[in-house]
Amino acid sequence: MSYLLEVSGLEKAYGGVKAVNGVSFRVKEQTIFSVIGPNGAGKTTLFNLLTGIERPDSGSILFHEDQLVGLPPFKVALKGISRTFQNLQIFFNMSVVENVMVGCHRLGNASMLSAIFRLPSMLREERLIRHKALKALEFCGMSQMRDKPADSLPYGQLKKLEIARALASEPHLVLLDEPAAGLNDTETVELSELIKKLVENGITVLLVEHNMGLVMDISDEVLVLNYGELLAMGTPSAIQKDPKVVAAYLGEE
Amino acid sequence: MRLLGLGIFAAVIAILPLLFPENYYVTVVGVTMFFNVILAVGLNLFMGYAGQISLGHAAFFGLGAYSSAILTTKFGFNPWLAMGAGVALVWIVSYLVAKPILRLKGHYLAMATLGFGIIIHIFLVQYDTLTGGPDGLSSIPELSIFGWPINSDLRWYAVSATVMLLSILFSLNIVASRHGRALQAVHGSEVAAETMGIDTSRVKVHIFVISAVMAAVTGSLFVHEQAFISPDSCSFFFSIELVTMVVLGGMASTFGAVFGAAILTYLPEFLVVFQDFKVLIFGGILMFIMIFLPEGLFVGLCRLFTHFKQEQKECLTS
Repeated sequence: MSYLLEVSGLEKAYGGVKAVNGVSFRVKEQTIFSVIGPNGAGKTTLFNLLTGIERPDSGSILFHEDQLVGLPPFKVALKGISRTFQNLQIFFNMSVVENVMVGCHRLGNASMLSAIFRLPSMLREERLIRHKALKALEFCGMSQMRDKPADSLPYGQLKKLEIARALASEPHLVLLDEPAAGLNDTETVELSELIKKLVENGITVLLVEHNMGLVMDISDEVLVLNYGELLAMGTPSAIQKDPKVVAAYLGEE
Repeated sequence: MRLLGLGIFAAVIAILPLLFPENYYVTVVGVTMFFNVILAVGLNLFMGYAGQISLGHAAFFGLGAYSSAILTTKFGFNPWLAMGAGVALVWIVSYLVAKPILRLKGHYLAMATLGFGIIIHIFLVQYDTLTGGPDGLSSIPELSIFGWPINSDLRWYAVSATVMLLSILFSLNIVASRHGRALQAVHGSEVAAETMGIDTSRVKVHIFVISAVMAAVTGSLFVHEQAFISPDSCSFFFSIELVTMVVLGGMASTFGAVFGAAILTYLPEFLVVFQDFKVLIFGGILMFIMIFLPEGLFVGLCRLFTHFKQEQKECLTS
């Protein structure tokens, strides 16, 4: 089986603090790969490095064997990597379906001129984008609220909206940054079903999450970060038994 | 359905001069308003939709106006050719300015655009061999379309109304497209827009140039209509007035900008009867609107209306 994402020797320091320190891992296609670790372990920094929001000091990120290091975020997105945010980054000035339609941005290429004159090619593309956005909403079970303004949605729905928006770009890889944070038990179960459905549809999922129940339940592989360094990597059951991981989370005896 | 508002607006504008062909407020102030609408609609794309700020927009209006004035009076250019040259100049200047300036955000962007506007203004005042200095330039030739001279108030009304309606149509079209959504996404969350594959800096530069070019075309038309231009017409205060139009009508709404431009054009005209108190009352009205309808007059009223209709519906069903 081929690897979708190959990260090696990734490093990023802020001043004297090494937020990510020589992390290497590989993600197989169509799997759920989770990154866990105590607060401040460098999980979100890792996501920012992978999506081009931050540039690593050294190391390499290969996606479909393409080097991603040095690309601006929008170019990373164009390669088929999409993400959600720990602190919501919803377009609150738009409706629900418009939010998701922005997710489809990379699928269109109609020029500004064709938009100004509403040429048939642009209208055709618009219909396609709308269709795809509605499908993504349906996939996440949000069809009935498509025309609501995004700022009228409750927190749990906004979390799902971010996933729908990320899906709409038809990505190969989706990075979910703490999707279960702030969700109640029912919503968390729904979320885990949704993530499993993503993988069934051919998408690879990289997950940062604090909800251990969710992580251990759905992950194919788990990576543990601590102080920016890779502490352990393996199947959920192996990670749960790893004494280093237990020590990092609960303190040493 | 999408263009219903524009259709009604166009109909009203077409009927008004038929009913009042000699009315000063229709055919003279009307043309000024149409020019202001084009400027406000253009600026609204950049400010209201993309969520940026420009306090130097009058500079592009001025560059367009002065290009036409200088090229026609000093170099004997055909007015249309001069307009084309002015637009090309503004295109290039706005692009070159946008590249570095739009890396800035919020207050810093406001300061930078303000500085740019003032530099252009000083240039127009000081470089008097070309621009006529503070006195400006006069006896600018009239514009004609295929031998049909635009030489009366009514003709200017028709021409400026057409250009204005087109600019509104284009603005509505841009907003209802993938590019329009990209603008609003930049406003909503730049980092999310970027991770959706939107080249945010390019989007901002694009819309800045588009709105600058719209200002340049307006400036060029303005100079032919007035047959005169002075640096006062494109000073810092005019930039502020344009921003006020956009904010007053309601940001991120094309018709909000239209509304704002209409009010800021007509209100001072009607307040003339109050003589010395004119400015005071004008300021008072603006404050009143912003306190009670902070989303802007047009957007605020629309929201009140839909709210009212919904309540009515609820009363009927319960």
